[in-house]
Amino acid sequence: MRVRDAVGRRGSAPEEPESAAATGVLTRIGVRTADHPTERRIPAAAAQLGVRGLEACRFWTVYHLEGLLSDADVARLCAEVLVDPVTDTVIVGEPDGAAWAVEVAPLAGVTDGAARELERAAAVLGVPPLRAATARRYELSGDLDEADIAVLEARLLVNPTIERSERGELGPSFSPTWEAEPAAPPVPLLGLDDGQLAELSRQRMLSLDVTEMRAIQGHFNSCGRDPSDAELQTLAQAWSEHCVHKTFKAEIHLTHTRADGRVELSHHDGLLDALRRATAELDGDWLRSVFVDNAGIIAFDDELDLAVKVETHNHPSALEPFGGANTGVGGVVRDILGVSARPIACTDVLCFGPEDLEEADLPVGVLHPRRIRDGVVAGIGDYGNKLGLPTVNGAVLYDRGYIGNPLVFCGAVGLLPAGSHPTEPRAGDRIIVIGGRTGRDGIGGATFSSAGLDATVVGRAGSAVQIGDPIVEKGCIEVVERARDQGLYNAITDCGAGGLSSAVGEMGAELGAEVDLATVPLKYPGLAPWEIWLSEAQERMVLAVPAARVAPLRELCRTWHTGLSDIGSFTSSGRLVVRHGDCDVIDLPMDLLHDGLPGRTLTATHRDRAAPARPVGPPVAIDSEKLLLDLLAHPNVASRESIIRSYDHEVRGGTVVRPFAGPGADGPTDAAVLKPLGTWHHDKAVALAVGLNPRLTPLDPWVMALHAIDEAFRNLIAVGADPDRVALLDNFSWGDPTRPDRLGSLVRAVQGCVEGARRYRAPFVSGKDSLYNEFDGQAVLGTLLISAVGVVPDLHRVATSALTACGSDLWLVGHGSDRLGGSIVADLLGLDDTRVPPPVTDPLPRYRAVHDLIASGRVRAAHDVSDGGIAVALAEMAIGGQLGLRATIPADAAEPGTPGGSPSGAGGNGSEASGGARPGLVAVLANEAPGRLLLEAPAAERAAVAARLGTLGRRIGSVTGSDQIEIHVAAGPAGGSSPATAGPGHLKVTLAAARSAFGCHESSP
Amino acid sequence: MPRVVAMSEPPVLIPHAPGTNRDTEAAAAVAAAGGDPRIEPVADLAPADFSGYAAVLLPGGFSYGDALGAGGRLALELQAWFGAELREFARSGKPILGICNGFQALVKSGLLGCRNFTLAANAGGRFECRWVTVRVEGDCRSGWLEPLRDSLIRCPVAHGEGRLAAADPTAAAELERAGRVAFRYLASGSSGGAAGVAGGAYPANPNGSVNDIAGMCDPSGAVVGLMPHPEDHIVDWQRPSGPAGARGSALFEAFVEAAR
Repeated sequence: MRVRDAVGRRGSAPEEPESAAATGVLTRIGVRTADHPTERRIPAAAAQLGVRGLEACRFWTVYHLEGLLSDADVARLCAEVLVDPVTDTVIVGEPDGAAWAVEVAPLAGVTDGAARELERAAAVLGVPPLRAATARRYELSGDLDEADIAVLEARLLVNPTIERSERGELGPSFSPTWEAEPAAPPVPLLGLDDGQLAELSRQRMLSLDVTEMRAIQGHFNSCGRDPSDAELQTLAQAWSEHCVHKTFKAEIHLTHTRADGRVELSHHDGLLDALRRATAELDGDWLRSVFVDNAGIIAFDDELDLAVKVETHNHPSALEPFGGANTGVGGVVRDILGVSARPIACTDVLCFGPEDLEEADLPVGVLHPRRIRDGVVAGIGDYGNKLGLPTVNGAVLYDRGYIGNPLVFCGAVGLLPAGSHPTEPRAGDRIIVIGGRTGRDGIGGATFSSAGLDATVVGRAGSAVQIGDPIVEKGCIEVVERARDQGLYNAITDCGAGGLSSAVGEMGAELGAEVDLATVPLKYPGLAPWEIWLSEAQERMVLAVPAARVAPLRELCRTWHTGLSDIGSFTSSGRLVVRHGDCDVIDLPMDLLHDGLPGRTLTATHRDRAAPARPVGPPVAIDSEKLLLDLLAHPNVASRESIIRSYDHEVRGGTVVRPFAGPGADGPTDAAVLKPLGTWHHDKAVALAVGLNPRLTPLDPWVMALHAIDEAFRNLIAVGADPDRVALLDNFSWGDPTRPDRLGSLVRAVQGCVEGARRYRAPFVSGKDSLYNEFDGQAVLGTLLISAVGVVPDLHRVATSALTACGSDLWLVGHGSDRLGGSIVADLLGLDDTRVPPPVTDPLPRYRAVHDLIASGRVRAAHDVSDGGIAVALAEMAIGGQLGLRATIPADAAEPGTPGGSPSGAGGNGSEASGGARPGLVAVLANEAPGRLLLEAPAAERAAVAARLGTLGRRIGSVTGSDQIEIHVAAGPAGGSSPATAGPGHLKVTLAAARSAFGCHESSP
Repeated sequence: MPRVVAMSEPPVLIPHAPGTNRDTEAAAAVAAAGGDPRIEPVADLAPADFSGYAAVLLPGGFSYGDALGAGGRLALELQAWFGAELREFARSGKPILGICNGFQALVKSGLLGCRNFTLAANAGGRFECRWVTVRVEGDCRSGWLEPLRDSLIRCPVAHGEGRLAAADPTAAAELERAGRVAFRYLASGSSGGAAGVAGGAYPANPNGSVNDIAGMCDPSGAVVGLMPHPEDHIVDWQRPSGPAGARGSALFEAFVEAAR
């Protein structure tokens, strides 16, 4: 450890100090840790960016302290807090010179957790009070020039959305300290014409159309005054797509052109209602609360219910991947808290552009997919791990359709005693905010996410992105669980999009509310009243608390280091009245906020794909062994281990089926099974799975939705969940719904969901749509994520995908298809097949049979056949189990009796009769037809398995003691006419080759 | 106010700092082993009086967000607020166990008597969650670990900063000589013999710790810390696969027994 003389920079305070105790003496401390991973990561990442001259990076964490500190105080802070004597080097004062140095600091107001903890540590140590700010310093050496450094700054080291940077030294980013007089100035609105209304909406980023602006103008006409800025922003937020789902409630006229040219006109009175009706028709007595609250609630056992929710955080993650994903997790966990449940697990599904995308193909204003992925993965891990929630299930997809619009779906599950969630605020209840302080962060998130992105958004929307503070949220979790058990509140909701405006407005919708913004604790002064009201600062919950129970709640908050402020009360006035001290800010009738939004009528068009005259099939001569290895190595098939292991999937001690299975813990599993603490007295467990198939969206969104449901459902069945107790969640990430083609495919996808709920008798319990995912006029690949939650009757009777024993039988449930549209193999071989495999018409009999076999202990391993097809699925079972196998795959063309795809043959491109044709070898090995499961059962169970499966399944092979994966293709029905027809074939690859292609880490190199 | 200690179920203090998160599992493991776990927020513990407790367990998590290095802020509080009390506690032979973040805090506070060691970023450069096998070292001087000597524990690790690093090459040798190595990472599938250690190889040694050391004790043997999470393997269904046994529950049984 090297300590230099403390050389404070006296008298250089940038602004007036916040507290009287802090003074203008600045001390700069740089700390470098030996073997810090960043020093290896930066040169490697630079090389990927084409900067090959960077030989070394010295990485420093810089602490700026402002306060009356003696040299001895600084030395103590270093010794006790900042400097690890084993690994660290420290420089107090000016840094050493370096050929190239770049310093990066968070913009003022962005969460700086280390600085806050350092200030508190100083208090624990008893050194004088100080203000702290942190920065990072990269000292770069090698054969570098100006242009190289510029590339590194832009592409690797700095994100201007949340950070500022400087060559050489950078001054501290203390929180802003400016004061502002509270004011809510009127915005001229009365008398504006349509053009001016549109301009006003654009200028203030209201994301409202002219009809909506006119409705607001109408209200204020009748009041005879202009709105205040806060009133206008409140209405824009309350009426935003993000908060009220205008598109999902809109009246839609769909023009649907079938593949044969017929045109059907139809009228839809609300997509959300269609999903709700599908759930209502199923009438499950285990549904507790669906579609009405922050999260869906279903029964788990006699005492406890499960709360489930999946959210998107796409726009923020595109701009600031770490912070966007970080706060995505935080937000969905608060949704669970918002129904009074204790969060117990997280899921995440991530969609990125290709990781090997050429820099030249990257649009201006877009971060490279690799940088987005690395940031998102780190952000999810950081938040979930720090909350102590296991991240147990999810998916990662790469596709060019996500280059400008990456998608981040964050899910959470919670547990609550049945009937313990209070939902009725009363007039007179105090409005209590618990958790973090309010800053300028996240202002306008709701309206921002209701518009498309382009290269200029980064500048405009900087404040809409933020970094989370999971430790503050963890405090909220502890407080809310206890407050619920002690009956301290009458209602609760989270502060999400729209901030206090949305939370208080929604809770007080039937009552009225009065708020004084001067009582809201701020991170730093200087916020205008409307900013306090609309801020989306993270980690805050709003509770309706009877006055007499505020004191015990305050005591709970003290114990758990959680902030509490009393900002007003609910009233019976029917009005939302907001002040800031003596300044009037808002006075609006509640019914204008909640019922004033004019209904929307939208036009949608959808055109089914015509069948290709002659699909371009795979080459006749194909090396099927190479094909299997290439499929296993495909970015959408290969192991996700390096990502998944950076998430804690074991915390809370309840993980029964985890993301990996088998002796080497490297075979991918289909779903997670959890046994929550507090439920160990019985054998029931929770199962979580996801399904998505966005590559099918451009081909047939209706079929895509059914396939996504089938995949999620089947994944649950594969681990042992009961097919008659499955709840579904929908998340739609689509483009601009005012563009008829985008809306048309969205409507078809929703119709597929409605049909799926019926076919699988699986109700939707919660859903969310994220629209306007557009970059420069390019819509995101329309993506429907289906999440499924099920119940495993006995946690001792679960299955994973890893083969367990030599000599076992292998069984196949379901039939393949000769249609390769949207498949991995089509992508790999560049096949132009637009025909999609038909959905399963009657799925439940097969899944009930499989469930019986797992629940009775006859089936020891099970795996769904999905991305990559059956050869990949077999190989994955062998990879996980580290056992060879021999199997003969039937050359099915289709499910017996399947008419095709959509009604009227739309999805199946009806003219293509596929029943009898014998598909080619490639199609047999790699088609992705739904409804298929592979099972392993001991040979001794053969008769029992055969009896239960009947015609639903066939025995196709066995687990061998060899180190080979040996796959034969049976001769199918006669009449092969496909261009790719091949005779019966076979392939053989070694287990080692398959494991290596898949990306398993071999411990003995 | 000192509590009356009922020795049939020794009261075990589990301090909870903001960001602690494996406290409930630790409490479940202590209860299953016959102890009486008491999770207490750190805010309620000062001024320190641990006379009512028979053992202290510092659980895993991210105390204070690990904002100033893993466990660093908690280490400061352990020293400043509870240092004297904890040292006296250990001197009287009462067991102190730190798991993961609790271990990090014990090391950095000096309570494990090894300021020449630290827990640094994993060699792999990122957070890592996976099951490992550790052996309780046969020559470990900790008295309360004696019943476990040479036995194996399988359980997960879940940490980003778990690489035990020494200030100089002799430090690890001294630690070994003093019998203060309590747990060592074994090669996967190993049954424990001398040849069965991980040998520094990932993933059996998941973080690159010197000499495959997964945990250690203080010179008195009363204070023990480790990176892996034995509290996540107290019943068989928690184990992903592999033979029965090697549960972490044995460690908590010894811990509670020592508290009696």
